Amino acid sequence: MALTSPEKRIWWNEPLSKIELTWIVIAFLWGLTMFGTMVYWHFTGEQNLSNEAYRIRPEVFAERTEAQAEKYKVREEGDTGIPVVKPPAGSDVYMLARRYEFWPILELEKDKQYRLHLSSMDVQHGFSLQPTNINLQIHPGYEMVLTVKPNKTGEYSVVCNEYCGVAHHAMVGRIYVVDSKK
Amino acid sequence: MAKDFKFRTCPETGLKVHSQADALIKANAVVAVVFLAIGGLFGLLVALTRWPAVHMLDAELFYLALTAHGADVLVFWIIFFEVAVLYFASAILLNARIVLPKIAWLGFILMLVGALMANVAVLQGESSVMFTSYVPMKAAPHFYLGLILFAVGALLAVGIFFGTILTAKKEKTYEGSLPLVTFGALTAAIIAVYTILSGAIILVPTFLWSLDLIPHIDSLTYKLIWWGFGHSSQQINVATHVSIWYATAALLLGAKPLSEKVSRGAFLLYILFLQLASAHHLLVEPGVSSSWKIFNTSYALYLAVLGSLIHGLSVPGAIEAAQRKRGFNKGVFEWLRKAPWGNPAFSSMFLSLVLFGFLGGISGVTMGNEQINLIIHNTIYVPGHFHATVVAGTTLAFMGITYLVVPLIFQREIVMKGLARWQPYLFGLGAAGISLFMMGAGTIGIARRHWDITFSDAPLTVDVPGTAFMMMGLNGVFAIMATIGGAIYVVVVVASILFGAKRDEAACKANPVVTAGGGEAVASYGAEEEHPNLSGTIVLVTLLFVTFVLYYYVNWKFLSEVWPLS
Repeated sequence: MALTSPEKRIWWNEPLSKIELTWIVIAFLWGLTMFGTMVYWHFTGEQNLSNEAYRIRPEVFAERTEAQAEKYKVREEGDTGIPVVKPPAGSDVYMLARRYEFWPILELEKDKQYRLHLSSMDVQHGFSLQPTNINLQIHPGYEMVLTVKPNKTGEYSVVCNEYCGVAHHAMVGRIYVVDSKK
Repeated sequence: MAKDFKFRTCPETGLKVHSQADALIKANAVVAVVFLAIGGLFGLLVALTRWPAVHMLDAELFYLALTAHGADVLVFWIIFFEVAVLYFASAILLNARIVLPKIAWLGFILMLVGALMANVAVLQGESSVMFTSYVPMKAAPHFYLGLILFAVGALLAVGIFFGTILTAKKEKTYEGSLPLVTFGALTAAIIAVYTILSGAIILVPTFLWSLDLIPHIDSLTYKLIWWGFGHSSQQINVATHVSIWYATAALLLGAKPLSEKVSRGAFLLYILFLQLASAHHLLVEPGVSSSWKIFNTSYALYLAVLGSLIHGLSVPGAIEAAQRKRGFNKGVFEWLRKAPWGNPAFSSMFLSLVLFGFLGGISGVTMGNEQINLIIHNTIYVPGHFHATVVAGTTLAFMGITYLVVPLIFQREIVMKGLARWQPYLFGLGAAGISLFMMGAGTIGIARRHWDITFSDAPLTVDVPGTAFMMMGLNGVFAIMATIGGAIYVVVVVASILFGAKRDEAACKANPVVTAGGGEAVASYGAEEEHPNLSGTIVLVTLLFVTFVLYYYVNWKFLSEVWPLS
């Protein structure tokens, strides 16, 4: 059987059918739309991750977190000994991640803004805030600062969703969101 | 050097087959299937552990099994098979000899030694760092060394592929442009070079760090470069399985591309833009700017997605055109209804195409959005997505082409044809189920890589919705189904190779697996001559497009309900 190609144009000079051209145009415009949606959300949407981050040594971040906990501790959680910390609305709040806890527990007021600082003391962790479902990656040596505004009262869990070691599945933190009138 | 290379002529396709190509394809394919079997079993153990009512393994074994599962199927099964595809698409489709077969074998041995070494490291229990091995978590040095050796071997194989094509051109074993399937494989190979080098750039220092020769590896830099390897290797898979779709359609139905320009242009878009995908893994990291994320995560205005959408029209379009030519011309869908659904090579290919597009493609683009990633990152939605791409898409496509490789390269009849006929449906449905239920559980926030969603060991309670338990259970059920489908594949392939009747020339004539003209269609340049009725394909792509747009904006709706953050 002869397998020689017939004399043909080089591939990029081949003709283009109408159906294919139409589909390419639609697909390209859809791509532009999706690209545009991401940009648009930066101007109109309320959920955009901040670009603010710093390099930080873990012990420095731990010091700041402990100082905050000491200053604004309101109680301890049950018999766990974990402090519940309630910094004033609008302020900087710190939460650290380490094998195998998020520390401390925070109490925030609904519809108030906070500058939340997150960092890891050891390996990478995942900050998964449930049930609202916000997921961030926490690195050692980097401090992520984002502004959050809790929009519903209740008890939120922070679940580690980046594998961090053998007790990874027991790494849980908590954030309370309460009414500001209290 | 003596020029008496051993060739046989394939009685079905008329292609000349170099004995070394035969042997290399067989060796790489067999080893690939072994790793699929091992890695697949680890996958079943993982799914049964994540089924809350079963919760099979203890935590330590679970994380070990998950690491082994990722390495064995995502890397070793797929890349061994891809090397076989590269040798097929170069030497066989071009009627050429493999250049420097000794180097090709050296590559094979390095890959095998590397894969075994990494497996030993994981099974020893000191390297349960997950397939991604994010620093500063540390694995045993031979875990990294195994991956490095594997990568070097794979790079040699890619080099042999390039050399074989160049030699074929010089020795004029083919004329004109490369056939489309070889062009697609060339795309995969070019992406592979970038991918493997990225892997080397990060794994070599990480290996040295594990030996305490380097004090520190930055965790963010690690992720950036590691995903240049980890995600780009998925783009090798895409380019490879799209090539297999074209190859299968050509061999079984004599299908030619609608337009060489369009299909090749789409592959070219892969080469130019797919590498930016490392950004998909850095969307919720500290210290990466929004403009960087938007540009990279969209592959520069979604130009690589455009490539896939083009194949999404041109692959079923080529099939429709070929089928209509064969006389299945009634209505919109007779061509599809009367397709060879009982032939596992075809059903695998078509299921792979549909599941990859509808489940894998749409979910991938949606979750890879800068802001939507906030509600998806590291939830079990992520494995849901990539089981649709890599299992339902790539693995199923590879299984399908195996039903052609066994008769054509191993020259054995497929045994247990009745079972083989059902295999793609079982495996495809299983893979679709695990993808969908993991995505469902992820949408309500269930974490990936997590041993216990009841949090029984945690000091604080977590309120997990009941639907999550149901979905993780269903994930387990479908994982069992996929495992049965996978096991049938392994048994049928191994039994056929060992005990299948030898296919001599008479057997090939009596019972051909390639359609008349299929050999020419797959191994030559040239598109459909006239522009046929494509009404069925138009319906299919319209359905895909509408699903895509709706699903995309539903996720924006979900995002708009979470806590405002900036």
